[in-house]
Amino acid sequence: MRPPSRVREMPILRVIARALVPVILLFGLYVQFHGDFGPGGGFQAGVIFAAGLIIFALTFGVEALRQVVSVVLTERLMAAGVLLYGAVGILAMFLGGEFLNYSALDPLTTGHHGQHLGIIAIELGVGIAVAATIMRVYYAFVGRRLDGDGEATEPALGAEPGEGTP
Amino acid sequence: MPPVELLLMLLLLATVIVVARLKDLFAAAMLTGIASLLAAGLFVLMDAVDVAFTEAAVGAGVSTVLFLGALSLTSRREKQQERTRILRILPIVIVVATGAALIYGTWDMPAYGDPDAVIHHHLAPDLIAETEEKIHIPNIVTAILASFRGYDTLGEVVVIFTAGVGVALLLGGLGLRRRDAGTEEES
Repeated sequence: MRPPSRVREMPILRVIARALVPVILLFGLYVQFHGDFGPGGGFQAGVIFAAGLIIFALTFGVEALRQVVSVVLTERLMAAGVLLYGAVGILAMFLGGEFLNYSALDPLTTGHHGQHLGIIAIELGVGIAVAATIMRVYYAFVGRRLDGDGEATEPALGAEPGEGTP
Repeated sequence: MPPVELLLMLLLLATVIVVARLKDLFAAAMLTGIASLLAAGLFVLMDAVDVAFTEAAVGAGVSTVLFLGALSLTSRREKQQERTRILRILPIVIVVATGAALIYGTWDMPAYGDPDAVIHHHLAPDLIAETEEKIHIPNIVTAILASFRGYDTLGEVVVIFTAGVGVALLLGGLGLRRRDAGTEEES
């Protein structure tokens, strides 16, 4: 729960992180949903979103982050992202198109809105899968330290690198 | 070469040479992130904004954090080890030979930005002409990745998922997971 002592003694880091993390998360969402107009898309958005949360973990400790996003949740979201993508494809088949033919998603128009909807939905799937995977990989690295005794002494990554057993 | 590109290239070169020579692994990890950021700058100058985006977020951001995570499990400094003369020279020979082969390979490539290059006459004109009409979104890169090549992107997401599962199985982080499961049962 308590951040590692080194970081706790650095008010500048904590204040800046507190101010930056929401902006980074918001920027991630912007990249996610603005991907059809500007550069970016699901992959970049997922990475940015996960990076924002990791910065939070670096300054305030892994325990603080785990209260927001648990390890089990990241695993479920990894699968949910892939399933969302696949589900859009199958939905298109049910609506009379081919697999992943988004034009079928909107049979009333000539397909413009279907393409839009489909792209937004699958990009969301990509974003969720990527963000969750990166979080899970981060937890895997950090969790190595905690595996041994099973009790968290202090968040590994926020601590000074190199303090571990050589 | 335009001056900004040249400056970035020189900075990139200096950074990677320092990374190779450093014994302090913590500094080396940070400099690897800076090298990625410089590479992202180069991609922006080549108008590959999507690639630059990815390089900055993954290369400079996440992989630096993972390097530091790995470092927190080991020691901060590289071990000094006695190496024979051949082992000291062999790596630089391999690197120079590979680099020379790559540069030799670029001689056959069309000039950068050449409008007559083959790549600009294969599918690109069709995609540029038809994206607006068929997909109705302005970003052609997104249209190609998400719609024209939807199958490939689905495959890529599955690859990312598989990679995550692989890391979770190999490295675990099970201590964190077990405690999560414990709190879930309690609640």
